[in-house]
Amino acid sequence: MSDQSMHSPVVSSALIPAMAPPADVWPGPVTWMKKNLFSTPSSGALTICFILLAVWLLQHFLSFAIFNAVWSGGRDSCRANGEGACWPFIAEKFDYLRYGAYPVSERWRVDLAEALAAILIVWFLWTKAPRRKVAALLFFLVYPVAAFVLVRGVAFLNLPVIDTTLWGGLLITLLMSIVGIVFSLPIGVILALGRRSELPFVKAVCVTFIEVVRGVPFITVLFMANFMMPLFVPDYLTPDRLLRPLIAIALFSSAYMAEVVRAGLQAIPKSQYEAANALGISYFSMMRLIVLPQALTIVIPSIVSTFIGLFKDTTLVAIVGIADFLRAVETARVDPSWAGPTISSTGYLFAGLVYWGFCFGMSRYSQSMERQLARGHKS
Amino acid sequence: MRSTFKGLLGLAIACTASSAWSATLDNVKKNGVLTCGTNSATAGFSLPDNEGKWTGFVVDYCRAVAAAVLGNAQKVKFIPLTPKDRFTALQSGEIDILAHNATWTSSRDTSLGILFAGTYFYDGQGFMVRKADNIASAKGLEGASICVTQGTTTELNLADYFRSQSIKYTTVGFADEEAVVKAYEEGRCDVLSADTSTLNASRLRMAKPDDSIVLPELISKEPLGPAVRQGDDQWFNVAKWTLYVMVASEEYGVTSKNVDAMKSSDNPSIRRLLGLEGSIGKDIGLGDDWPVEVIKQVGNYGEVFDRNVGKDSPLKMERGMNALWNKGGVQYAPPIR
Repeated sequence: MSDQSMHSPVVSSALIPAMAPPADVWPGPVTWMKKNLFSTPSSGALTICFILLAVWLLQHFLSFAIFNAVWSGGRDSCRANGEGACWPFIAEKFDYLRYGAYPVSERWRVDLAEALAAILIVWFLWTKAPRRKVAALLFFLVYPVAAFVLVRGVAFLNLPVIDTTLWGGLLITLLMSIVGIVFSLPIGVILALGRRSELPFVKAVCVTFIEVVRGVPFITVLFMANFMMPLFVPDYLTPDRLLRPLIAIALFSSAYMAEVVRAGLQAIPKSQYEAANALGISYFSMMRLIVLPQALTIVIPSIVSTFIGLFKDTTLVAIVGIADFLRAVETARVDPSWAGPTISSTGYLFAGLVYWGFCFGMSRYSQSMERQLARGHKS
Repeated sequence: MRSTFKGLLGLAIACTASSAWSATLDNVKKNGVLTCGTNSATAGFSLPDNEGKWTGFVVDYCRAVAAAVLGNAQKVKFIPLTPKDRFTALQSGEIDILAHNATWTSSRDTSLGILFAGTYFYDGQGFMVRKADNIASAKGLEGASICVTQGTTTELNLADYFRSQSIKYTTVGFADEEAVVKAYEEGRCDVLSADTSTLNASRLRMAKPDDSIVLPELISKEPLGPAVRQGDDQWFNVAKWTLYVMVASEEYGVTSKNVDAMKSSDNPSIRRLLGLEGSIGKDIGLGDDWPVEVIKQVGNYGEVFDRNVGKDSPLKMERGMNALWNKGGVQYAPPIR
C-alpha cells in the first residue's frame, strides 16, 4: 500500500462521456426491425409481402367472425346477412354441443364433474399451489370414481343412471382425452421400463404390445371394438359401447407414450445407472429418484405433443356412432330450421376455435413447465 | 374380389346369426328397449334436436316399431351409423333394426345376411335448375354442366340416363355435398344433381332458395327401407307390418288424433287394422292393440311424412311417389285380414 496512491487517488474530475449501448443488447424497435426484417432489400420485400398477406387474411377473418357477424336474432337475420358468422346458431346449439342428448334436468351433474376436474387440474398443475401431491392423488384415484358416479349415475344415491348412448358433444371429447391422458402416462412409463428390462419375458410382452398396437390403425381397432366384437362375444360379456373406445384409446395412447418415455430413458447416460448401482440404490428408488425425473423432463415436449395429438384423435370415435364435439357440430349444421349459407362455416369456425383453445393451452403449459424444470440444462 | 369377400362375410354371418339371434323380438321385449341404427345426421330423416332428442322420418319409423313391440315409442336407443358401417352393425347384432337411408338393392338383400322389410321412402336422383333458365324437363338439359358429388352412384346414374337419351352433358365433380351446393350457387354449373331427399335440404341452405326448382324427372330408383337380419322371420314380420300398418291407417283415414274414435267404426277393414277383429297381434307375437299404439304414439304414414319431410316441415317435399297407391303414388299396404 503506497502513500502516493492514498494521497492522489486516480479520480477523474470530469464526467466520462456517455457510451453508445452495446450493439446487441436491447435494441430499439427501429434497430430491431432493421436487423431482423429489412436487413437486405429482398428480405425487406418479403417482409412487406407477408405483412400485407397477414393483414389481408386477418381482415377477412375478423370481418367474418366479428365485424360482419350476426350476434342476435334467428335464422332469418342470419340468412339476410350472407357475409358474416351466425353466432345465434351457436348460442342455440351450445347446450347440444356441450352435452349431446344428456337429459336436461341432469346436466348439472356434468357441470359439477367438469368443474371438479378443472379445479383439480389447476391445483395439480399450478407449480406454486400448496399440497400438489394431494391434488395428484385426488385427481388420479378419487376423481375417476367421483366422475363416474356423477356422470353415469348410481341408482341408490338417487342419481338416475344415464345411458351412455345419450352422452355427447364436448363431454365425450373431454372424457376421451382425460381418460387417454390419465392412463397413458403411467402405463406408458411401465411399458417403456419393461421394454428396457433385462428380464426376457417382461421385455417380450412389452415389445409385443407396443409393436402390435402401434402397427394397427386406430380406426380399425374402434371398428372391431364397436361393430365386430358383438359377433364373437356373448351379449353379457360385451362392455358398454362407450367403454370400448375408452379402453382402446387408453391402450393406444399408452403404446405411443411408451416410445416417447423410452426416448427419454435412452438420453440418460449409462454412468448414472452404474453410479446408482454402485451406491446400492435399489432399482425402483433409482428409477423414481434419479432416472425418471430427468428422462421425463427431457421428453416433456414430446409428451405434450402426444397429448395434443390424442385430444384431436378423439374425433375418430365419431365413425363408430359416438357423437363427440366435432360430430355434434356437424350434426347441428344439418338442422333444416337453421339452414343457410353461413351456418356450416360458423359451425366449423367455432369447432376450430374450441380445439385451438384446448391445444394451445396445453402447449403453453408445457413450455412454461420446460422453462421451470430445465433451468439446470439451460445453455 | 370385393363382392366375393362381402358374400363370404355375409354367408358366415348368416350361418352364425340365424341361430344366435333368431329371437330378436324376445330380446327386445326382455331388454325393454329397441336398439335402432339410423343416419348420423340427415335433415328430415334423422337429426337430434336442440336437446339431443332424435327426430325425423326414419327415427319415427323406429319409434313406431318400439310402440308396436314395447307399447312405448320412447323406448328406443338410437345408434347413429355411417353408410360404411351400417350393415356390419346390423349383422353383428349391435343393433336390432336398421332404419337408415339405405337403398334396397338385390345384392344387399341377398349377399349381406340382411333383409329389407319394405320401402318407407321412394327416393330417386333428380335435378335442380335455376328458374331463370326456363328448363321444364330433364330432356332440355342438352349441353348442360352438372354439379355432382364425386365417387357416388350419382355420376353413374347420370351417365346411364343421358346416354339412353343421347343428350350431351359435362359433369363438374366435388368432394362433398357442401362444395357442390356452393359451386352451383356461384354459377359454376347449370344443374345440381342428387337424390331428391338431399336436393330439398341443399336448396334450403342456399342464399336464394326460391331461385331454383327441382325438375319432375327421377332418373334412378332409390327405394329406402328398413333392414333386419336374415333368418329371423318373426322380427322381419314385425318390421314389415309396422310399416304396412302405418300406410294402411293413412288409407283408412285413421290418424293419431282420431284413433280412439275410430275404434267404434263399423268398417271391417278399420276394425281388423285396430285389432278389434281378426288376429293381427297374436300371430306376429304382439298384443292385439299394437297397431293402436303405433298410430296413437307416432301417427300414420302421411302424418309422419308431413311432419318430418313434407308440408309441415322446413323441407316441404311433395308426396310424389310416396303418395298412397290410390292417390297417384306407389305406397301400398297388403290387406290386413
